Amino acid sequence: MKIFLKLTFLFVIISSLILSRANAAGEQQELLKVDWSFKSFFGKFDRASLQRGYQVYTEVCASCHSLKHLSYRNLAEKGGPEFTELEAKAIASNFEVTDGPNSDGEMFERPAKLSDKFVMPYANVQEAIAANGGAYPPDMSVLVKARKGGANYIYSVLMGYDEPPAGMELDDGVYYNKYMYGNKIKMSSPLDVDIVEYADGTKATVDQMAKDVTTFLQWTAEPHLETRHKLGFRVIIYLSVLTILVYFSMKKIWSRIETKV
Amino acid sequence: MSDHEYTPKSKVGKWFNDRLPLLTLANHLTDYPTPKNLNYWWTFGGILTFCLITQIITGIVLGMHYVAHADLAFQSVEHIMRDVNYGWLIRYVHANGASMFFLAVYIHIFRSLYYGSYKSPREVIWIIGMLIYFLMMATAFMGYVLPWGQMSFWGATVITNLFSAIPLVGESITNWLWGGYSVDNPTLTRFFSLHYLFPFLILGLVVLHIWALHVPGNNNPIGIDIKKPSKDTVPFHPYIVIKDAFALLIFLLIFAFFVFFSPNILGHADNYIEANPLVTPAHIVPEWYLLPFYAILRSVPDKLLGVIAMFAAIFVLVILPWLDTSKVRSTVFRPIYKQFYWFLVADVLILGYVGAMPAEGLYLLIARVATAYYFAHFLIILPFLGMREKTTPLPLSITEPVLGGSTDMAMARNNSDFKEKL
Repeated sequence: MKIFLKLTFLFVIISSLILSRANAAGEQQELLKVDWSFKSFFGKFDRASLQRGYQVYTEVCASCHSLKHLSYRNLAEKGGPEFTELEAKAIASNFEVTDGPNSDGEMFERPAKLSDKFVMPYANVQEAIAANGGAYPPDMSVLVKARKGGANYIYSVLMGYDEPPAGMELDDGVYYNKYMYGNKIKMSSPLDVDIVEYADGTKATVDQMAKDVTTFLQWTAEPHLETRHKLGFRVIIYLSVLTILVYFSMKKIWSRIETKV
Repeated sequence: MSDHEYTPKSKVGKWFNDRLPLLTLANHLTDYPTPKNLNYWWTFGGILTFCLITQIITGIVLGMHYVAHADLAFQSVEHIMRDVNYGWLIRYVHANGASMFFLAVYIHIFRSLYYGSYKSPREVIWIIGMLIYFLMMATAFMGYVLPWGQMSFWGATVITNLFSAIPLVGESITNWLWGGYSVDNPTLTRFFSLHYLFPFLILGLVVLHIWALHVPGNNNPIGIDIKKPSKDTVPFHPYIVIKDAFALLIFLLIFAFFVFFSPNILGHADNYIEANPLVTPAHIVPEWYLLPFYAILRSVPDKLLGVIAMFAAIFVLVILPWLDTSKVRSTVFRPIYKQFYWFLVADVLILGYVGAMPAEGLYLLIARVATAYYFAHFLIILPFLGMREKTTPLPLSITEPVLGGSTDMAMARNNSDFKEKL
């Protein structure tokens, strides 16, 4: 058993090295921490929060940020916001997509269907950059995974708008943000009290909206997170039981000779 | 090698075996006499075989859904993560599997260093092992490029640019590797092709590695030659099989923890940003398992010399059997080497750490000292230590370790040490 202590020790050293790497490059301000419902072993999404988060995304973020890897059908899928299929269809039909060519060889517009990808706010990257003062509003599909700090980082940036410290010069269209890399961001504070009116009557404070939309973005980045946690728990249980059985089999087999295992 | 002739019991078996002796091979593998004092550090060979097979199977499935094209690769990976049935699981197993593979291979290599498994008559096993390790690094590097994220692209740019340091032909070689004038679609497609090929080369080398192992048989924790089969050995099946299975399950528990509960912790966040040749990430860092070599590369001020140092760091390992002049294999009987061994372990961990840090100031200084020590360990300490070190007496066999006729206290202590390790 001493060997396992050593193995564990080695494992701890290596993982702490990796973690320290993750933190060491982390300059500046420590991120705000939220006790997300999707963290931890049994973490699940807060369904209502996901639906509210979707509302914040469509009404606020979607005018600049795309979600190009998502389809409308995802909104009705298990483990997500779980809108009903009818609701998801209704959401999709609000958007126009170009389809075709039809039998006359013409492209045509039609309302989006569940199978369509989310409609993008801009036709291409260049248009997006031109419309946003030279800064590309990143696609949000995997944004949470693409930033160190993940959900906490997104939440912190949303909450991190502040007056610039004395002596800091900001160009036009550049804003100060405590948590943004380099403290400068080209997006003005997107959230304001009651900027959306929640259908479920929740009060739309900035903090509430930031939490909801971050939860939503965590889901868009990891749509199978709930299945992963559930399956993971079963796998760990299965492996543990099997390990115990194999351990005693091993003891039994090795007892035939005098050497200890 | 079992000496007895094997004849299958059934008539059909005998008929077949006379034409293709597969049953003899199977019998050899199950009966294979193995030292009975092998400790858990010896289970990593089996674990590594498991890792290779897992990578190949998950990789083949991923290859069915992945699109090797600069415009589509990132999207196809997201397609795997979202729409392919259990695609997220297969990809996370493959991505974390690479890390677990390297974790296991490092333990396997350091096991060999501790117990002198690379020494005569096992030099060929060791050299094949180093070839496998080298191919693994190449395969892992090219695999990391395939998702075509920012780290993929810039990692590929940095590493392929190393070849431009070669005098005269450097630039031509780099362009040849790229298939153009920068890392682009042709680079991606050839990396995909080679990433698919190399694991099968590794598999072939693994067969040779095991074949070469079965000629002299396993080394063991006390590193003495043993008679096979004898009281010192057990048949591979069931004794070693069940022990390997137990160790593999423990390994799988750690593996599963990564896959299901922190699948992205070993990766870099920037790789979820699509590759963009116009935007350079703040820090370009390779995967953790390449960091020690990255640190060596950056610790040398001259680019060409840095590249040479990096490849030399692997090459000194290849010629290690001739650098270590000590005839005694196991560290258990080499009190001085034991200390240097742990210095080396610490040195490599330090190199890995500074490899992840920006190459400046104190980090650079530490990297330089650690690099110098790394080479000193193999090129100066090992050759001289082997000639000067006074080793403790070796036992005559595993079953009767004290029969060497020694009443030396240090030796008795070593024996109790080693019994604990069993």
